[in-house]
Amino acid sequence: MPLSNNTKPVKAGLNDFVVRFANVNGTGSASANFLFTKAIFRMGIPVTPKNIFPSNIQGLPTWYEVRVSEKGYLGRREGIDLMVAVNPQSMDGDVSAVRTGGYILYDSSKKLHEQYLRDDIHYIGVPLMEMCNTHYADPRQRQLFKNIIYVGALAALVNIEFDVLETLVAEQFQGKEKLIAPNVQALKLGRDYIHEHFKFPLEFKLERRNLLNDAIMIDGNTACGLGAVYSGATVAAWYPITPSTSVVEAFISYSKSLRVDEASGKLNVAILQAEDELAAIGMVIGAGWNGARSFTATSGPGLSLMNEFLGLAYFAEVPAVLIDVQRTGPSTGMPTRTQQSDILEAAYASHGDTKHVLLFPSTPKECFDMTADCFDLAEQLQTPIILMTDLDLGMNDHISPALTWDDKRDYKRGKILTAEDLDVVERFGRYRDVDGDGIPYRTYPGTHPTKGSYFTRGTSRDEYAIYTEDGNAYKRNMDRLVKKWETAKAMVPAPQVYQKNNHSENGLIFFGTSQYSVEEAMDLLSAQGIKLDALRIKAFPFNKVVEDFIHSHKKVFIVEQNRDAQLKSLITNELSIDPNKLISVLNYDGMPITAFKIELEISRSILLSPQFSKA
Amino acid sequence: MSYIRPKFRHPELPKNKLGYSVDFYEGALSTLCAGCGHDSISAGVIQACYESNIEPHRVAKLSGIGCSSKTPAYFLSNSHGFNSVHGRMPSVATGASLANRDLIYFGVSGDGDSASIGMGQFVHVVRRNLNMVYIVMNNGCYGLTKGQDSATADNGSKNKSGNVNLFEAIDMASLAIELGATFVAQSFSGDKAQLVPLIKAAIKHPGFAFINVISPCVTFNNNVGSTKSYDYVRQHVEATSTIDFVPEMAEITTSYEAGTSKKIKMHDGSSIQLSKLEKDWDPMDRSSAVNAMLRAKAKGELLTGLLYMNPDTQDLHHTLNTSDVPLNTLTKKELCPGSKTLADINAEYR
Repeated sequence: MPLSNNTKPVKAGLNDFVVRFANVNGTGSASANFLFTKAIFRMGIPVTPKNIFPSNIQGLPTWYEVRVSEKGYLGRREGIDLMVAVNPQSMDGDVSAVRTGGYILYDSSKKLHEQYLRDDIHYIGVPLMEMCNTHYADPRQRQLFKNIIYVGALAALVNIEFDVLETLVAEQFQGKEKLIAPNVQALKLGRDYIHEHFKFPLEFKLERRNLLNDAIMIDGNTACGLGAVYSGATVAAWYPITPSTSVVEAFISYSKSLRVDEASGKLNVAILQAEDELAAIGMVIGAGWNGARSFTATSGPGLSLMNEFLGLAYFAEVPAVLIDVQRTGPSTGMPTRTQQSDILEAAYASHGDTKHVLLFPSTPKECFDMTADCFDLAEQLQTPIILMTDLDLGMNDHISPALTWDDKRDYKRGKILTAEDLDVVERFGRYRDVDGDGIPYRTYPGTHPTKGSYFTRGTSRDEYAIYTEDGNAYKRNMDRLVKKWETAKAMVPAPQVYQKNNHSENGLIFFGTSQYSVEEAMDLLSAQGIKLDALRIKAFPFNKVVEDFIHSHKKVFIVEQNRDAQLKSLITNELSIDPNKLISVLNYDGMPITAFKIELEISRSILLSPQFSKA
Repeated sequence: MSYIRPKFRHPELPKNKLGYSVDFYEGALSTLCAGCGHDSISAGVIQACYESNIEPHRVAKLSGIGCSSKTPAYFLSNSHGFNSVHGRMPSVATGASLANRDLIYFGVSGDGDSASIGMGQFVHVVRRNLNMVYIVMNNGCYGLTKGQDSATADNGSKNKSGNVNLFEAIDMASLAIELGATFVAQSFSGDKAQLVPLIKAAIKHPGFAFINVISPCVTFNNNVGSTKSYDYVRQHVEATSTIDFVPEMAEITTSYEAGTSKKIKMHDGSSIQLSKLEKDWDPMDRSSAVNAMLRAKAKGELLTGLLYMNPDTQDLHHTLNTSDVPLNTLTKKELCPGSKTLADINAEYR
């Protein structure tokens, strides 16, 4: 059974259910499944899809799971209410994944094998292949329309407004109008078959709402790519790696329309696919050194390769932005599954005493905003900034507040001396702490004929960038870097505190994509009488709010999606707190964490503790 | 260090068209071994930039790790320099060039830096035809870690410890031609008369210009003698002379008769045969360059001079169709699409 199914009893209801599609990858199912999700979104109902795909191009099982939640819970939920099982390869596991009382929609062109029959679930057989063979001659169409037919069937089963589907199909095939009619026909075939053969709708179904306001449905990687366009990135160097590739693809695609100089037709951006991650980060650092906003996107294995260069950029103080879309490690791990397991590697990337600023977005809107923040911070702090997103956030579509850009927002380029500035400087010292904040002034190459040039190096040097092996000069520099680190604490995004005043002796800390399920778990716990104070970390270094939060609670649960409690380690290492009060809630099976798991572990821990208190 | 630079400068030191004398192009004092060939190459760079009337601050110097990669500190002190990580100068140079296409990029590397860990980046920077001068100071050994063989050490050659190298040498110049480099030259650190015009030509080349310079390691690839005075004196003898850069490569001034070859004795007693390009040499023809190099190799000679050049080439910026204005000068005005456009983009996701 490829995907574990938790046995938590769930009750599906109005605008509250989970559908999972079991497909073969490379058969066109993705666009049909997206059509299903988008229709629910258009009906104003919160919906969250998760693509559970193989590291493969064609022929392997792939799943697409859609949760509908009137209450707006956008995390994953255990328990499949309706399985669209159209992949014979995975049929065994797919049948058993359905919760008791749930439904399975299958292709009844051939009789379902006895081994797949359970007496505690309902079977909805639709002869998908047969219908396709009857209505379509082209073999490729027969394949593709099978998917559209089951979407039509689902429309009848869960009450999708049919004109919403028709509108979406028309939008999708704008410019290829010939394709609209056969697609709508396929939808109708499915719908009508249900109408003729089954009771409909099911007991769980959809009803139009207006719960989404001006929300958009977008994946985090696209939002990151757009953020880079808006915040003035002009150099992108990258190497393809799942799940980060679509960050740069989005950047490329939007640059093609938004970064063309009208007069010359030339591009106000340079995007280069490097030979590997070593070169990608080298290019980013070269460009950052030379005054361009530059970035790369990668995932764990790429981050490992970039370590040496990140140490150089930290020590030589060169701005760089790195978007790390985390996946399941170590090594190649599960490259198409999610995890938050690069925390420690990113925080301390490279040999020697190094620390890097990390930002943790939770939503596509934050992917957009924080990408822009990364570019400001990188240049203000003259150091690499790493945006720690993950596969779930990056590659899945999420309901997100609309993206916003304040036209008054300026690019904060940091402390840069111009030729005019240099004219009045007696002696430029690249690594002098002039302002007492640990951040020195820098110059771009080519600025001034006789002033401001310096030698950037990974070797130790003095305040004037002159090579030295004097231990005192080395130490002064390392201590200044710590001072800069302290300065950074006030500049990075502050944590999100969920309550004005702490009112519980139990606290909860989380970050990134755990947000969806944590918020739901807090409601579930609250219903049991367990109230928690919560704090969402948005950046490393941690500022004092985080430390104070831990100090003011007896127990602090830390939710993270890795095996080794990496955030907990980082907190323990960096803050003066009692590590014994930190309790980890961990999820590391490659699937996004669920509210049920969080609720279960926290309630057990609290209810079983000797000095149990629900306060 | 290789030499003590006299503080006294002749007040009537000749000035170039920009009004700078050659000392304006110097860098910090070298900390390399006395007589190191690399210092001669640095001197060649200084001379070439001086003669080419280049504003030093419009040059960016980049290097990797190793003895050779230290040298950017020793020339053009008014240029920004970047001593990066081992073998990865090409990527830093690529990023720097993408950020500002208006500077002159000087990459300095060694055989340990470029022919081993840096091979991947070397290969790809050649492919991309980045507009830069790429000098490999090639001494066939790892000087900074005391003389281990490098990947360009010839099969059968002995190092200072008496060990014989058992592996084939990588020929960087042949490789560069094979990869499609548009300017490939080879020279000897002791032959400043040849090297300076080559560097000048490389600066002018509108794409990737590669110069493989054989630069003996006086400490670990030589046993006796010192070239300190040899290099030093030679450098200064040439310093006051003027060699005009002539874009037609066949006319590069050399101190040899065309078609002759010269045997240069190495410090350890071995020798390199320097063979000048033949009179009817066609530096525009890749296959004739490759053939000539193979012929020279078979005879145990090292072919120097300009081996191949395609003057009509287009660099990476042209390929990427990047703005004529350096990207690092663009502001929010040119770069940010603004909130109205973002509203339209949001609509695409509803």
